Amino acid sequence: MPVSNVIELRGIGKDYAMGGEVFSALKSIDLDIGQNEFVAIIGSSGSGKSTLMNIIGCLDRPTRGDYTLAGDDVAKLSANQQAGIRNRQIGFIFQSFNLLPRISALHNVMQPLIYQKVGLSKRKKMAKEMLEKVGLGDKLGNQPNAMSGGQRQRVAVARALVTQPSLLLADEPTGNLDSKTTEEIMQLFEQLHASGQTIVIVTHEPDIAARCQRQITLKDGAVVSDSKYGGAI
Amino acid sequence: MFMVLESVRSAFSAIRANKLRSVLTSLGIIIGVMSTIAVISLIQGLRASVLSEFEGFGANQVVVFPSPSDAAASYGLPQNITVDDYEAVLDAIDGFAEATAQVSVWGDRIRFGEESSGASVTGVYPEQYIINDLSIAYGRPTVAGDGTARNPVMVVGQSLLEDLEIAPDEAVGKYVEFNGDWYLIVGVLEKIGAVFGQDQDNVAYVPFEVAAQQSAVEPSVVIFVNVFETDNVPFVLSRIKQALRLQHGISGDMPDDFQTFTGDQAIAQIDTITGVLTAVFGGVVAISLLVGGIGIMNIMLVSVTERTREIGICKALGATRAQILLQFLIEAVVLCLVGGVIGILLGSAIGLGIAPLIPGFEAQAVIPLWAIALALGFSTGVGVIFGILPAAKAASLDPIDALRYE
Repeated sequence: MPVSNVIELRGIGKDYAMGGEVFSALKSIDLDIGQNEFVAIIGSSGSGKSTLMNIIGCLDRPTRGDYTLAGDDVAKLSANQQAGIRNRQIGFIFQSFNLLPRISALHNVMQPLIYQKVGLSKRKKMAKEMLEKVGLGDKLGNQPNAMSGGQRQRVAVARALVTQPSLLLADEPTGNLDSKTTEEIMQLFEQLHASGQTIVIVTHEPDIAARCQRQITLKDGAVVSDSKYGGAI
Repeated sequence: MFMVLESVRSAFSAIRANKLRSVLTSLGIIIGVMSTIAVISLIQGLRASVLSEFEGFGANQVVVFPSPSDAAASYGLPQNITVDDYEAVLDAIDGFAEATAQVSVWGDRIRFGEESSGASVTGVYPEQYIINDLSIAYGRPTVAGDGTARNPVMVVGQSLLEDLEIAPDEAVGKYVEFNGDWYLIVGVLEKIGAVFGQDQDNVAYVPFEVAAQQSAVEPSVVIFVNVFETDNVPFVLSRIKQALRLQHGISGDMPDDFQTFTGDQAIAQIDTITGVLTAVFGGVVAISLLVGGIGIMNIMLVSVTERTREIGICKALGATRAQILLQFLIEAVVLCLVGGVIGILLGSAIGLGIAPLIPGFEAQAVIPLWAIALALGFSTGVGVIFGILPAAKAASLDPIDALRYE
């Protein structure tokens, strides 16, 4: 059956100049991730998975190669255009939650909508609905420091989803959580997946990766294994 | 516009979250604006009170006096204004204005027993009392009959009496000595007070004719003119000039050998003085605002570093450089404006509160709207100028580095 791809990477490479020498963090990555896939990108530190995540998340530009995200060619965009893509197409979830500390859960979830110039009352309504969806309908006014790790990560998920992005991109989402809340968050991801959301999780934990539909393993800047194609490449 | 509004909202929430630090940050602005407003309110109060004194004097008054200019003397022209000139002026302005002439009498101090006073002695016509709005507290003014009879009589101010140690209510009927003659005090003036620090009560008036005969040469007079309709002041002024130029035989483009001074000129002079004062203090305040602005810039730079991670988060969520720039710029402006408003309130309170405590300052402090507008405008300007560097620093942060910042 034909599945339209959310992510298409073709020959993506990233070089860093290090004291005169060129170091390739990513060599040449080819990767397709389709609509409603639930993917884990695995690799030890130094494998290039963070670099790949930054490129997928439009936080960084590749040195070479083509990147199509939800039909848009995004490899050579300006910083401002990248910001627009991040705002509309990508929902980020971070290991350390990265909520804005001085404002309430509701306002945190409203924040990305400001950059879409959504009016205040509509913004509030959308954020409230999203927080209810992740089970925090009674914590709207709480500031992040008055919430547990699991609750904070739920706020982050709500914030990531409120713009209805094509891609939910999570960087070690359970890295700072105990096993019980890890379970809760993973269940939340599974629900989102079941409802049609495309999810990419970057992780070094095999347990987490195992719960995803597809595992892609990176080593030394290259894909060494992809479960979709029966393992090692 | 949308982003400006959102930035203002977020600026207020940032300021609320750090109340103490925000106040300390804008302390420079607060103090700068406070002192401006306090000083301007006092200067403006002074101006208003001086102007109101002049209003009693009259914006419809014209004073004509001999020119001290050497230029006129070099033409070999007569510089004195004589009694004949005065009469010519009277003819010229008849029906439009009333006028009087006065002559200063030079000489010794006025003596009474052991006491003496250096009061200025002036010869006046009876019209002087009307035109200068002088009131008599005791006795009577000098009258026309005193002049024709050359009566050595004197009307005195109350400071003069103080020097001579005569009680005002006992002065009438006493004789004082001046330039070797004895004068009978016939009247005492009401107290006027000081204008520009000059005591208006240290005076003595004698009949014009009595004063004129003190001088060996033709005396030079000063003419006081009261124009009936203020609108006619320019017309009357031109008639006076015409008459005097004719009297003095000045023709063509030769300059006047006399000077005229109107109430408008007096007001213009007061405005110049208060303007200079305001400008000088404005300069001092501009420096203090500059210092305040540097304070704001410092704290904003620290704040940008502190909030590096927040900036990274906002960028990850899709904030553009321009949006981050605007957010921090507006935060600086709002800080400055809040400081400005606090400064205006404190400055007004100080100005209004301190005015009654300054000895000899009889004015009420006045806070003009333009000063408030200026203070707010300046605060905004300082915010923009000193906010731009921290805001640019925030906007240019790399999102990946910023997110990684601990």
